Amino acid sequence: MNKKNLREEIILRSGVNPKKCMKCGKCSATCPAYDEMEYHPHQFVNMVDTGDIEPLLNSDSLYKCLTCFACVDRCPRGVEPAKLVEAVRLSVIRKQGENHLTANDIPALLDDETPQQLLVSAFRKYTK
Amino acid sequence: MKFSYFPGCTLKNKAKDLDFYARRSAELLGAELEEIENWQCCGGVFTTSRDEVATKLSSVRALKDTQAKGQALVSVCSACHNVIKQTNHAMQTDKAFADKVNRYMAEESDYNGETEVLHYLEMLRDKVGFDTLKEKVVNPLKGKKIGAYYGCLLLRPNTVMGMDDPENPTIMEDLIKALGATPVVYANRNECCGGYIAVESPELAKKRSNAVVENAKAQGAEMIITACPLCKYNLIKNGADIPVVYFTELLAEALGIKEDANE
Repeated sequence: MNKKNLREEIILRSGVNPKKCMKCGKCSATCPAYDEMEYHPHQFVNMVDTGDIEPLLNSDSLYKCLTCFACVDRCPRGVEPAKLVEAVRLSVIRKQGENHLTANDIPALLDDETPQQLLVSAFRKYTK
Repeated sequence: MKFSYFPGCTLKNKAKDLDFYARRSAELLGAELEEIENWQCCGGVFTTSRDEVATKLSSVRALKDTQAKGQALVSVCSACHNVIKQTNHAMQTDKAFADKVNRYMAEESDYNGETEVLHYLEMLRDKVGFDTLKEKVVNPLKGKKIGAYYGCLLLRPNTVMGMDDPENPTIMEDLIKALGATPVVYANRNECCGGYIAVESPELAKKRSNAVVENAKAQGAEMIITACPLCKYNLIKNGADIPVVYFTELLAEALGIKEDANE
């Protein structure tokens, strides 16, 4: 898929308009996963807007977002960066063989108290 | 008062206390929770992408089932409530998405987000009433300093969830007061515990969970309550040294029906 089509697909899928961003950085300031990310929420917005999406597709940052909606609620312009992170992640994991988590990974992660919710949520986010 | 009830996968397994005490307490408060037949797992987290249809169908089915009964839909797990409420909102507001879902379901009538979706806490506040609840308390939890932990799923995104002020919520503090205990307000009560990142990066989950517990303790909390099995797991797994319990356990204790679980 060429650059322009990928940008349009991500914008359509997420419902986000990155042009609304005024670059205040509040999304990254409030992100609980900030320290773990190579690309931070405000960079996702800018990179999708400029069509510089390739580095995002190859970054582990896609799997660090907690879907806590802090950036969504606290953005003064209603940009909703988390929805962009998800739309980019789907561009990767929807491809054959690109699942980030597989059933074989699960036994090593379990302990006696692991709630079903943890596994269900992780699969929903990391696997197609 | 009769409500449709969506328990969710974890409440049938690792979070039985959340479910059990929710049901028993509701019964005592005159709210009948009718479990939806054949409910399916909500999926744990809402997929925000508009072209994700299949992952939202279990919620739509539960909502439609509830609509047919003319009831409101109540869940007690933060995650189930969040997923179902966001799905309902998408069915209400995103016509293209709703059309896709309705065509896929191919049922006699379409669904467009008509069902009222309530968290159990909202049921207590808006349908039962905290004043009524207070009158039923036989074992007031006097002197207990309790920190309410909202996490993210109960409150956000606020435009959809609309339960409370997302930055300065009071619903759980009001519950704690109604039960006779003292609420402890702390800054991190609406910050994320790490959630499912426990799979990808246990260190990050530890950092986030510890930040919550340390902050609650610094403000004087002797106990933390939550509505989310994953929050509870992350907080305890990462070394919380004060009790972390479901709010329904506290509710049942104050209502004098806590012992019943052990019988």
